[in-house]
Amino acid sequence: MRVALFITCVNDTLFPDTGKAAVGLLRRLGVEVEFPLAQTCCGQMHLNTGYRDEAVKLANRFTDTFGGYDAVVAPSGSCAAMVREQYPHLDIENIPKVYDLSEFLVDVLKVTDVGAYFPHKVTYHPTCHSLRGLKVGDKPTDLLKNVRGLELVPLPGAEECCGFGGTFAVKNRDVSAAMCADKIGNVMQTGAEVLCAADNSCLLHIGGTLKRQKSGVRVRHLAEILASTEESAE
Amino acid sequence: MSGTFVGMPTFPKNAAKAVQDSQLRFNLRKATHTIRGKRASVVGELDDWAELREAGKTIKDHTLRHLDDYLIQMEEKVTAAGGTVHWARDAAEANRIVARLVKETGETEVVKVKSMATQEIGLNEALAEEGINAYETDLAELIVQLGDDFPSHILVPAIHRNRAEIREIFLKHMAGAPKDLSDEPRALAEAARVYLRQRFLEAKVAISGANFMIAETGTLVVLESEGNGRMCLTLPKTLISVVGIEKLLPTWQDLEVFLQLLPRSSTGERMNPYTSMWTGATEGQEFHLVLLDNGRTSVLADKVGRQALRCIRCSACLNVCPVYERAGGHAYGSVYPGPIGAILTPQLRGMDTPLDRSLPYASSLCGACYEVCPVAIDIPAVLVDLRGKARHTRAEKAGMAAAGWVFNRSKRLAKAQRFGGRMRKLVPKRLPGPLSGWTDTRDMPDIPAESFRDWWMREGKR
Repeated sequence: MRVALFITCVNDTLFPDTGKAAVGLLRRLGVEVEFPLAQTCCGQMHLNTGYRDEAVKLANRFTDTFGGYDAVVAPSGSCAAMVREQYPHLDIENIPKVYDLSEFLVDVLKVTDVGAYFPHKVTYHPTCHSLRGLKVGDKPTDLLKNVRGLELVPLPGAEECCGFGGTFAVKNRDVSAAMCADKIGNVMQTGAEVLCAADNSCLLHIGGTLKRQKSGVRVRHLAEILASTEESAE
Repeated sequence: MSGTFVGMPTFPKNAAKAVQDSQLRFNLRKATHTIRGKRASVVGELDDWAELREAGKTIKDHTLRHLDDYLIQMEEKVTAAGGTVHWARDAAEANRIVARLVKETGETEVVKVKSMATQEIGLNEALAEEGINAYETDLAELIVQLGDDFPSHILVPAIHRNRAEIREIFLKHMAGAPKDLSDEPRALAEAARVYLRQRFLEAKVAISGANFMIAETGTLVVLESEGNGRMCLTLPKTLISVVGIEKLLPTWQDLEVFLQLLPRSSTGERMNPYTSMWTGATEGQEFHLVLLDNGRTSVLADKVGRQALRCIRCSACLNVCPVYERAGGHAYGSVYPGPIGAILTPQLRGMDTPLDRSLPYASSLCGACYEVCPVAIDIPAVLVDLRGKARHTRAEKAGMAAAGWVFNRSKRLAKAQRFGGRMRKLVPKRLPGPLSGWTDTRDMPDIPAESFRDWWMREGKR
């Protein structure tokens, strides 16, 4: 099986550690992942902001880049959902099989215990596009429950959007901030020290607000927690 | 409602005010979460909800596909049953028809059943200009009307008011309200009941909308909770119903599906308390049906947008929407607020005003609306499609073109990343211009010295 990593433009540029963690995790599980250098962006920002033509160009570029692979793994529910759910609306042909990281681990590799160690109190935010787009269900929390040392605490109102929404966060800054305030209120209620999600764009928004508020709660991508071991743990 | 939404600022500006209103935030949160919970529990009871939802979608799509035939059938059946059918191309024509029909009765007062179609066309204001007083008889619509206010929810138009505010409105504006009126819900309802009873007994003309029209028999159907609608539908001599052309269902068998979908999705009840159905007019009474287009035909012509015409006005999408919950209904500047309003209003009114252009962006595309919609309207997909049709600012177009240019060659992206990495210490904590929308409430992330792809080239691949 030829497996490619679709890092996503946000992770590539701002969160290389998530990519490194995904590569380390997959190699630990025996998957030799490739990284096609021609990849850039799935086109979601353009499409969802109203620039369909640009998005179609990027979507075609995506299918050209990843066409030869049996599986494409993305550490982003949102970008995976763009390819799987929105490309068909753009009449894109030969769409490669794309998985969010938790889907690839649970559905393809059939593993829920990835041998990770992360001795912290963690709460999990199931991002909208993972939850309602990809419908990943309990896969991410099943993975987290098997991490040694990790105490998983449920997040109240977990299924509510954090208010990121791409350019929504800037165009509708007040509503976006109000949604984030409520999300953070729920996070603080859990007493967790780490907020985990499978999408760094949501974590950019929630984490940026947590930091501004000097809340003392940090954010970690699911890949980073699953890649963590006794030797590497924070 | 006596005001007008015309000239309202854009959604983000309206919403900015609303999010600062802690009373509104509290009222909306409490109300939407309560209805949301009730809906979830009664929908959860049904094993075949997914099939019902699919059936609802299929029936509506079939009807819309053959709307011309079913409308003609409806007209024939209503006429045969002693009613009169009128066709209205737009709001102005519908208002003219209704005003003429009321004047022909010689009356200057009418009672109204809660109706979105008549709100949409501004019927009450049009009638007032002709010297005709229209009394809203739905309790919440009455509160909105007496308060000279706008509705802020499809199903619960006064959702933004709490009981203390309602007491104030009744004391100030409701003739005959008891001086010692308390803010107990029972007392408020009783005061409204006494006031409305007089209207029902005096009225000779009633105006309604309809939730459904059944083409095979020419029957209209209204679902309601209070029984005030039934008073209007049965007591007055003349009944005028203004109904959007998309409200048709071919048969009674089709209605069965919607009588399950609508109450569970809207009020979170297995069945609503009052369902009234009527066909034509009985002797001594008069019935007029005004079939309203008002932009619906052009919505029907749009391949993506036409699914909005499946809407049965249940409000489930409003009650689950995180944006609606914080911005409130007024921010949408339309009688159709929330997610469905964000796709319906720009299609019905066009996107010529800054407000209407801002509506397709009034969503984080979280998908909660699509998930609860009983007729499976893919609201996020329609929002995205409308965004593609909206006019964009020059600055945004330039930014998006630049981003597209960078993303179209991976070498350009790599160069941009390296440039960003070198400049990372110089990035200000607060960004200028539109990007200040990000840094006003959030810290910027630390920009890494090295992108993932550069790490991969250096030591990642093996």
